[in-house]
Amino acid sequence: MPEIRNYTLNFGPQHPAAHGVLRLVLEMDGEVIERADPHIGLLHRATEKLAETRTYNQALPYMDRLDYVSMMCNEHAYVLAVEKLLGVEVPIRAQYIRVMFDEITRILNHLMWIGAHGLDIGAMTIFLYAFREREDLMDCYEAVSGARMHAAYYRPGGVYRDLPDSMPKYEVSKWHNAKEVERMNRNRQGSLLDFIEDFTERFPACVDEYETLLTDNRIWKQRTVDIGVVSPERALQLGFTGPMLRGSGIAWDLRKKQPYEVYDRLDFDIPVGTNGDTYDRYLVRVEEMRQSNRIIKQCVEWLRKNPGPVMLDNHKITPPRRDDVKGDMESLIHHFKLFTEGYCIPEGEAYAAVEHPKGEFGIYMISDGANKPYRLKIRAPGFVHLSALDEMSRGHMLADVVAIIGTQDIVFGEVDR
Amino acid sequence: MLDALLTLLIVLLKIVALLVPLMVAVAYLTFAERKIIGFIQVRRGPLHVGPRGWLQPIADAVKLIFKEIVIPAGANRFLFLLAPLLAMGPSIAAWAVVPLGENLYVTDIDASLLYVLALTSLSVYGIIIAGWSSNSKYAFLGALRSAAQVVSYEIAMGFALVGVLLAAGSLNLREIVLAQQGSLLHWFWIPLLPLFVVYFIAGLAETNRAPFDLAEGESEIVAGFHVEYSGMSFGVFFLAEYANMILISMLTSLMFLGGWLSPFQGIPLLESLFGWVPGIVWLLLKTSFFLLLFLWVRATFPRYRYDQLMRLGWKILIPITIAWLLVVGAAVAGGLGPWFD
Repeated sequence: MPEIRNYTLNFGPQHPAAHGVLRLVLEMDGEVIERADPHIGLLHRATEKLAETRTYNQALPYMDRLDYVSMMCNEHAYVLAVEKLLGVEVPIRAQYIRVMFDEITRILNHLMWIGAHGLDIGAMTIFLYAFREREDLMDCYEAVSGARMHAAYYRPGGVYRDLPDSMPKYEVSKWHNAKEVERMNRNRQGSLLDFIEDFTERFPACVDEYETLLTDNRIWKQRTVDIGVVSPERALQLGFTGPMLRGSGIAWDLRKKQPYEVYDRLDFDIPVGTNGDTYDRYLVRVEEMRQSNRIIKQCVEWLRKNPGPVMLDNHKITPPRRDDVKGDMESLIHHFKLFTEGYCIPEGEAYAAVEHPKGEFGIYMISDGANKPYRLKIRAPGFVHLSALDEMSRGHMLADVVAIIGTQDIVFGEVDR
Repeated sequence: MLDALLTLLIVLLKIVALLVPLMVAVAYLTFAERKIIGFIQVRRGPLHVGPRGWLQPIADAVKLIFKEIVIPAGANRFLFLLAPLLAMGPSIAAWAVVPLGENLYVTDIDASLLYVLALTSLSVYGIIIAGWSSNSKYAFLGALRSAAQVVSYEIAMGFALVGVLLAAGSLNLREIVLAQQGSLLHWFWIPLLPLFVVYFIAGLAETNRAPFDLAEGESEIVAGFHVEYSGMSFGVFFLAEYANMILISMLTSLMFLGGWLSPFQGIPLLESLFGWVPGIVWLLLKTSFFLLLFLWVRATFPRYRYDQLMRLGWKILIPITIAWLLVVGAAVAGGLGPWFD
């Protein structure tokens, strides 16, 4: 009689649900997963090592490229670490701008997640709805930094420049006639803040729309309830953070527990799940989008009333005004020194963490007094979550593995670094 | 001798007259799908090939025809090439008995309902053989899922057809339509409503369409049973799937929505007003409605897991059909009007 054996299935890295370059080696008994072995490193770019050979400002744009769907949050942890070592405090307006863009980034990330998660489970329309709203937020990125993804907008000492007073507008083209262009430009007449405010007015209805497609859908519930359950104790032991931890019912959020920037002045709630399954994590993230929207509203209101500097006036670490560089010898020297040598940071070490859309994103930096870090360690939440994939998917079916990858919100830029 | 030749010629002409419009319909169904799902998803769909994208299906077909057919190493060559034909054959052959009007059909056999049921069930062999002969784990999983799917929905589908058979008192599709004569309220969708719904759901599963596209399972098993197919060998599977969709839609309208009968039949003024519309137009309109439902469902629902599909088939669809069969039986025996008197 032939012996019945399990077989291994190579899932990825070229797979529609691999979220980039995940390679899973699955040991399967029929469709049931016996063991899931994630193989990582296919997107390894040695960010930590590269940062050791760049000045502090030069290493900043690498941060965008870690988790490439929540760019500014990565930058945030990095600039916080540098500022901690420098011992400087950034202007209050810059702090509000950072918080506002952190939350815009959170919505960006969660929209990407809801689209990809839906697509993994087979609901494809949600993806395009989510990308419709993402487009507007990308425009906000573009308006402040000129780049739609890799912004490099946060700088040690503040943010690169103040919010623009006008939004870029669409122009008539072969594809869009004057009437369409007028409709598309309707919410772009005022400043960036007007545009963002208009978005915050619209966005709750959009979230409702996503929810009508998924939340009470029987198939969606069948595919997510009781899939990948993690108990609160186990979630803590595994080192989960962010929505993965909150989905299991632990109200841990760095924005509340260790407030950085101006989060302690803002009013928002932390949603938590009860069962720790995929469905609860879905609900937590959807509610987070609503809460982020609330925070953005408060920031917009504050930013309207309180103009001010957005960058430190200390030109040892921030570039001087362009006009001054042309006419003033000291500024010219500052400019030259900053963009060639950079600045030296006193000897020491610092850990700075932010509540990234995916969890706790931390930068551990050691300075030996030079103009570049001696060592930079990145604490990526996705790496920790992925390491629990085996435990979460054991005993589930192949289709559930896909749902679990989706619920972990894996992005390989940060896992492989 | 001449007579026999003439009959053969007429039969061939009939086949061509059926197949050519069918293939065009399949091609433009793919176009309609992309446009309609595009509309649902706030995008435009194909725009650039021909005026407003109208030549897109032709371009797709040309592309598929000119692509190389790759036969993977270790595949069973004979079965690998046989499988697409096995999928395609039944979905076309079933059309032979589908009446498009009272006197518009290729052939009219007594047990045409049975014939259709037999042939549509056969097409799953194409999928299973394709998955097995590809020598790929993903394709094999797709084939196994397909087999699991067949056993769970085919029974419910069969029972739904038994209901129609009971109600019409005939296995002939033409007579089934004629039994619905009278008015909109005489059509079988009212007395057989649960069976109507079950049949359509089973039809979604039969054609491997979302939310039952487990055998394909894009995000799980990549493309499932046809992951190793390329060029026209894939194209044939594609054609079969869409021809099946049209077939199921048309059968649903024949059996439950009165086929070519006008919806205004029995309404004094409107009946004469729309009297000039040929029956086939009504039939095509009804069929298009079900095709739209196919696409709408695809754009809306997530995919079932295969054990959930089996649970749905065994625990919900089959009990409903069995229970309703008893009701229909009682109604027919009791001569419940206006349907069974």
